[in-house]
Amino acid sequence: MSKYLLNKFLFTVDRDPELVERYRAEPRATVEWWEGAYANRILGCHEGESSTWLGFDDVEREALASHDYPRLFELGAHPFLILTLFIAMFERDHPPLGFQTEYARRLGHVRLPYPDIAT
Amino acid sequence: MAEVVAVIASTHHPFYYRANTATGEDRPPFADEWVRKVMAFRETLTRARPDVLVMVGSDHFHQLWLDNMPQFLIGKAPYYDANFYNEEREFGLPRMVCRGQEDLSAHLLREGLDAGFDLAFSNELRIDHSITCPIITLRPQNDLPIVPVYTNIFAPPLPRPKRFVQLGRAIREMVESWPSDQRVAIIGTGHLSLELGGPRQFGPHGPDPEFDRKAVEWISSGDIEGCLAEVTLDSLHLPGNATHGFMDFMLMMGVAGDGRKADYVDTYDLFHTMEAYFTWFPDGGGRS
Repeated sequence: MSKYLLNKFLFTVDRDPELVERYRAEPRATVEWWEGAYANRILGCHEGESSTWLGFDDVEREALASHDYPRLFELGAHPFLILTLFIAMFERDHPPLGFQTEYARRLGHVRLPYPDIAT
Repeated sequence: MAEVVAVIASTHHPFYYRANTATGEDRPPFADEWVRKVMAFRETLTRARPDVLVMVGSDHFHQLWLDNMPQFLIGKAPYYDANFYNEEREFGLPRMVCRGQEDLSAHLLREGLDAGFDLAFSNELRIDHSITCPIITLRPQNDLPIVPVYTNIFAPPLPRPKRFVQLGRAIREMVESWPSDQRVAIIGTGHLSLELGGPRQFGPHGPDPEFDRKAVEWISSGDIEGCLAEVTLDSLHLPGNATHGFMDFMLMMGVAGDGRKADYVDTYDLFHTMEAYFTWFPDGGGRS
């Protein structure tokens, strides 16, 4: 399991407006493309100096491909990254603060201690 | 030597800019009172007549990332571009450019390293809303040079609360040892109880009003020892999963000094989180 790579996906998609829309519209295809093209890219290095070893496990890949943000939270992805990206994708479909309260409701079963987010 | 003319600590609610600039039906019902409180808070900085601002905040996974995460970082650049695409998108924040004060940055880095703090530095830092929010609330004309000081309250493993207090004390001493005739305000922003991306987020108040009440009392009375006796990295999970940002308030308590009561205290109970504003005038009245 790679919390780091989950976070890297959320981080890199969230800062690119084109990828935000692509992930909203075609989550499974975007995750598949990203894992092949982006997962091993070291930010700040050129592509010839990429890493060689990073990849999702099946549970992580499915959580991302199905927009399952409660599952991402349970897997220990960083909540700030989850929230920011999913607001960007789905706030538009709700009344003001509607998505944020829906998000909290869908995580209502979670009790302290929350999943460890250390990477 | 430089003079610390104000020490200021506050929350950094990213929706203030939008609330302040909204009109008509878009203006939320709490905006007018919020603006009134911010204007009164702003006066405390204006009254101190600073020349330079040391700005303590925390990058929210904007420029700083898990491939290379510093615990404490000082910006040393002639200019700092500000705010990121996702802050414009979510909060409506504007693009900004702040001028730097490289001499003071260099002084803090040299003295900080010699004092035992392994400070990182950045010569090309884009600052985020933890620093631009207090510019917007306290100095909207953005006419003073700044020194950004970033802390890690976001990506475990984090420094312990005591280390934040120690760094705050050191920053106060280092600014006062800067060979300059400049008047310096030290401004830091953090969180009270706060939940982001969890089940307790976006309620009618902050997630833990009792923690907020205690926190305001610790800060306003300068009760560093009482605060350190109760606040740990583990305990900060209880009031909300983003409450580790309270350690930046603890840093500012260190800057202000043990037992030093704040000269100005105000709070505003909003949905999602409690706003809090504190100012200390080292000369006792900010009238020098």
